[in-house]
Parts: sequence; structure tokens; C-alpha cells
Amino acid sequence: MAQPATITTGETPTPADGWTGVMADWSSDQRAFKNVPWGKAMIWIFLLSDTFIFSIFLLSYMTVRMSTTVPWPNTSEIFALSFGGEPIPLILIAIMTFILISSSGTMAMAVKFGYEKNRKVCALLMIATALFGASFVGMQAFEWTKLIVEEGVRPWSNPFGAAQFGSTFFMITGFHGLHVSIGVIFLIIVARKVWRGEYDNATPGFFTSRKGDYEAVEIMGLYWHFVDLVWVFIFAFFYLW
Amino acid sequence: MAHAEGQQHPIGVYFKVWGLLFVLSAFSYMVDYFHVESYLRWTLIITFMLMKAGLIIAVFMHMRWERLALTYAIVLPPALVMVFMLLMTSEANNTFLTRLVFFGAGS
Repeated sequence: MAQPATITTGETPTPADGWTGVMADWSSDQRAFKNVPWGKAMIWIFLLSDTFIFSIFLLSYMTVRMSTTVPWPNTSEIFALSFGGEPIPLILIAIMTFILISSSGTMAMAVKFGYEKNRKVCALLMIATALFGASFVGMQAFEWTKLIVEEGVRPWSNPFGAAQFGSTFFMITGFHGLHVSIGVIFLIIVARKVWRGEYDNATPGFFTSRKGDYEAVEIMGLYWHFVDLVWVFIFAFFYLW
Repeated sequence: MAHAEGQQHPIGVYFKVWGLLFVLSAFSYMVDYFHVESYLRWTLIITFMLMKAGLIIAVFMHMRWERLALTYAIVLPPALVMVFMLLMTSEANNTFLTRLVFFGAGS
């Protein structure tokens, strides 16, 4: 007797929603994260661990700032910049914030056009994201140079107040800047692959030799948005507090 | 294929969130620019920060369209950092008071 071939994917056609869905997904003895490709689940778990790293940096910053008896330097004045007139407080950091938000916007749209297989627009948006990211790193390099060379800020001392200011500043913004720089490099790599149509032809990738598809763009996007997300917290706690 | 479509949403939602993030960032910058101080300052900074973080995670990172099992697995663990923060607050206060007793203020 001829049976029609059925493919078992282990997933019910319409999984339950809400708490019932959470219980069903976690207790199903299969894959807990349904409808999510493995690469996406893995980048989320990586981002979770990265969240803990940045949380610990910000917590140590909170601890040293609360426990010092010396006044904390006024970030509003230190990061002020003058364009030929009165110095505008914190203006460089504000510009960097807007640049990073814009890069997140272009990245989000790159993911959308990637899934639509509009690869030229997708690649151009990713290059725009990389350019925003590179300009962010450039402005950070300018900020560091100004602080180190002109103001004499060191990890162990600074002319403004509590010595812990320097160590936490270089540690936190340095680690974030490193994340942005790595992101720019990977954006260029993925954009090149998109431009050449390697996700349409399922060309083996450079890392795992697996056949890639446009999920790679979304995974790249998740990392990039995370970098923006971390900056939101650094901007609030380090620069504005 | 379970994920052939991926995350596809109208482009308008990204422009809206982009605009909102600009406005919220401008608001947080204004808090500093107009020298809002003390509890009002901290409340405003944290409010704008959480709104921006929520928008980025929910829309840009597509979390609002994922299944709850993934959302809770990723969003709940960082909430435990709050406990760590409380522990370190009491530790920092202890160090601060000890420094006051042994070194005096401003040293």
C-alpha cells in the first residue's frame, strides 16, 4: 500500500503560545528553541555571556565609584568639545551615540533586504553600517588621544579627581571599542559574501565550510545591535550619571 | 523548511524605531545639557536607557517575534545581575565607611 511520504521535523504545525508554550518547548525532549535556526540560538547564548561580561565591568565601575572618598571627575566637562566657541558639554559622546544608533538602523534594514534576497541593497546597507562603525571607532580614538595626550589621564591617575576614573574608563570603553572594531571586520566579510551572491549559491563558508544562507546576515545583525545596546548602558551609567 | 522566510517585517517599523531612538537619545542628552540633578536626573537617565534598550531588543533584534521559550531564556538571566548589584552596593558602602574611618574624607 503506497503511503504518501511524510517528513517528520519534530515540530507540531502550530505550537502553543504563552506559558503553555514555554513549558511544552522546554519539556519536549527535542529542541527547546523552535523555529530558530541553531546559529541564531548560539549567537543569542553568546550575547548572553557577553552581557555578563559588560555587566561585571559596569558593576566594578559602580563599586569603585561608590567606595572612593575622592570626588568623581565631572564627565560633562571632561568630554566637552569646542567648535570655535563655548565648549559644548558631552557633544562628542552624543554624536557617537547618534552614529551608533544610525548604524543599527541600517543594519536592521540590511537583514530585511537580505531575507528578501535583494542582495545588492543588503550589501550596500551593511557597508553603510560598517562605515558608521568605523567612524565611531575613529571618534573614540580621537577621544582617547585627547584624554591621554592633552589631559594626562592614565589608568592609575588623572588630574580631575578619583584615580579609578581612568582605569574604568579605559577598560569599559576599550572593550566596547574592541567589539565595534571586530563587528566592522565581520560586517565587511559578510557584506562581501552577500554581494557575490554566496548565500544564494550556498557556497561553503570560511569558518565552518557549511553552506550559508541569509540567516548569517541576521546573526551579524544581532551582534551589531548588541554592540549598540551595550553603548546605551555605557552612555547612561558612565557618561551621564 | 521551518525558517525559509526568516524575520521579515515592514520597513516602516524600523524607521519608526530609528526615529524613537534618536528622540530618546536627544532627551537623555538634554538631561545633562540642562543640568538636571539628583534623583530626577537618575530617574530620567534610567527611564530613557530602559526604553532604548527595550526598543533595540524587541524590534531591531526581533525578540518580540520570537517564541517565549527563547525570550525568557535570554532576558531573565541578566535580571539576576540586579542581585549582584545589591551585593556590591553593600560591599562598596562598607569600603567607603572603612576608608572614612581610617583615612578621613578627601584622601
